[in-house]
Amino acid sequence: MNTQFIADGVVAGATIALGATGVTLTYSIMRFSNFAHGELISCGGYLTLLLAGGIGSIATASAVPIDPFSVGWGVLAAGLIAMIATGLLALLLDALLFRRLRGAGASISVVMASFGASMALRALLEVVFTSKPAYFSRELEIATPVAFGLRATPDQLLLVVVAAVLVAALYLLLGHTSLGRSMRAVSENPALARVGGIDVGRVERATWLIGGALACASGVMLGLVVQIRPFMGFDLLLPLFAAAILGGIGSVPGALIGGLIIGLSEAATVQWLGAEWRAGVAFAVLIAMLLVRPQGLFASRL
Amino acid sequence: MTADLVGLATYASVFLAMALVNGIACLGLNLQWGQTGLFNVGVAGFIAIGAYASAIVTTPLAQAHAGGFALPIAVGWLAAMLAAGGASALVGAATLRLRADYLAITTFGVAVVVQLVALNAQRLTGGAFGIAFIPRPFEVLASQPLLFATANLVLVATLVAGLFAGLEKLVRSPWGRVLRAVREDERAAATLGKNANRYRLQAFALGGALMGLAGAVQAHLIGFIAPDSYQAGLTFQIWAMLIIGGSGNNLGALVGAGLVSVIWSVTGLATGTFFAPDEQARAAALRVVAIGVLLSAMLVLRPRGLLGERVMVSRHLDQKPPGSG
Repeated sequence: MNTQFIADGVVAGATIALGATGVTLTYSIMRFSNFAHGELISCGGYLTLLLAGGIGSIATASAVPIDPFSVGWGVLAAGLIAMIATGLLALLLDALLFRRLRGAGASISVVMASFGASMALRALLEVVFTSKPAYFSRELEIATPVAFGLRATPDQLLLVVVAAVLVAALYLLLGHTSLGRSMRAVSENPALARVGGIDVGRVERATWLIGGALACASGVMLGLVVQIRPFMGFDLLLPLFAAAILGGIGSVPGALIGGLIIGLSEAATVQWLGAEWRAGVAFAVLIAMLLVRPQGLFASRL
Repeated sequence: MTADLVGLATYASVFLAMALVNGIACLGLNLQWGQTGLFNVGVAGFIAIGAYASAIVTTPLAQAHAGGFALPIAVGWLAAMLAAGGASALVGAATLRLRADYLAITTFGVAVVVQLVALNAQRLTGGAFGIAFIPRPFEVLASQPLLFATANLVLVATLVAGLFAGLEKLVRSPWGRVLRAVREDERAAATLGKNANRYRLQAFALGGALMGLAGAVQAHLIGFIAPDSYQAGLTFQIWAMLIIGGSGNNLGALVGAGLVSVIWSVTGLATGTFFAPDEQARAAALRVVAIGVLLSAMLVLRPRGLLGERVMVSRHLDQKPPGSG
């Protein structure tokens, strides 16, 4: 049996997990499914591209690839700045749109607003950058054997490590810091948390910043491994939701494992059924979970 | 000059017929969302199911896709309603007992999968090339464009008028009152012995059937369908129509459909005139941004839409109880 799909699946799964973590956080703190989360991913990708171009024009050395990777330090620095910028963009969206509707009590109209925002942001990216795909680097990379006969490019390995570090950091933040405690309290019971003296607004702002930053990281990964285009985040949206529901909405480890399962099943589908059916996998998993175990594998709050 | 006028009248008839078709889908969405509070993010998928179902049963014998039964158009409409309504019932049965967000996510998934099947299941749907030679009503008049367009407009207008009257009757009936009761306060409705999920399922299936019908009617007006026509942008347009016109109000749904169709085609003409050919794709995206901003602004500033929902209570409430003077 050809097991190469395991390597490809883990890389795709890491990308999905980063986005699904943001979806799960937004859901458990703000209590709505954010359909614009995919666009945070796309915006993160494009912001990094812009910033890397900017850095490259100041310091040409930044664009020189660091051996054995395909990109220079410019893209990495740009990615870090873009993570903050994407977090701020999420905050801005919330201030302009979501917060006004969340207060009104009609929870589902926030979902609709996020759908509208998703459409508008995606179209805006198309207006500015056109629908032509863009790339961080034109370098070609050779996949090297890693273990058990699996092959991966150095970029892919780096990205999996970065994703693991980010999710672990979030897990520690939730479990061991005062902000994390407040976030868990708000996800458990916002009214009680407020009475207990927790600044719910601060918790919500932190959630947007974290969710946006992780989305951006996901966008950079996708841009490095595949390409950057306006629809990249939107096409990832169904896998994101499926992963979040699979892992149990509200659970960060669940989002990680859900993301990996979706990534692996997508890669297996590509290998045995054909690439054109890839997008159907997430839907099949989603329906199966809703029918059999709608609370997810790890039913828990944060 | 007269040729121009004839052309203009033909264009107006075709445009109106298309706007009315959008109105049918919008009426379906109003039943789901406006009356019952069910959030469907896969409208385009259900429209596509209807369009393909009707095309498959009505086209003449074909090798490029499944079906080719050459059945009458009316049978195609019926097949479309059954297929889209059935699909909606399945989705509803799987998700309506769960949180509202799960229905949204699942319908979103339906649209993605329908798009996938339309593109890739070549033997069923004709793949990216779609299905051609779908019979059009009044085909014998096709050599006289104005007469042809007018006849079709009258047909669609009659259909919409019938649907509108039926839906108005339905939402004022006890059944419609239960839908709104379920939407406003499920627990209160349950204490009155109403099975909330059954009513939700009925409304969702009926709404889906209307979307399927819209897809079929449109397919027969144009005579050709392809997967490209049923992307997320269509869902978004139908939503914009309902929110702008006034959710919960059937007339609002139709007014919204007309208004957004006008905005859409006027901005289309404008971008066609003012942008260079190689900038057309960008300009088209700009239109979507405009509609998205309009929808979001409407949600924040005037959530009830242009017309808004009218308070509807039983007509018996007006009557004074006997003996009260």
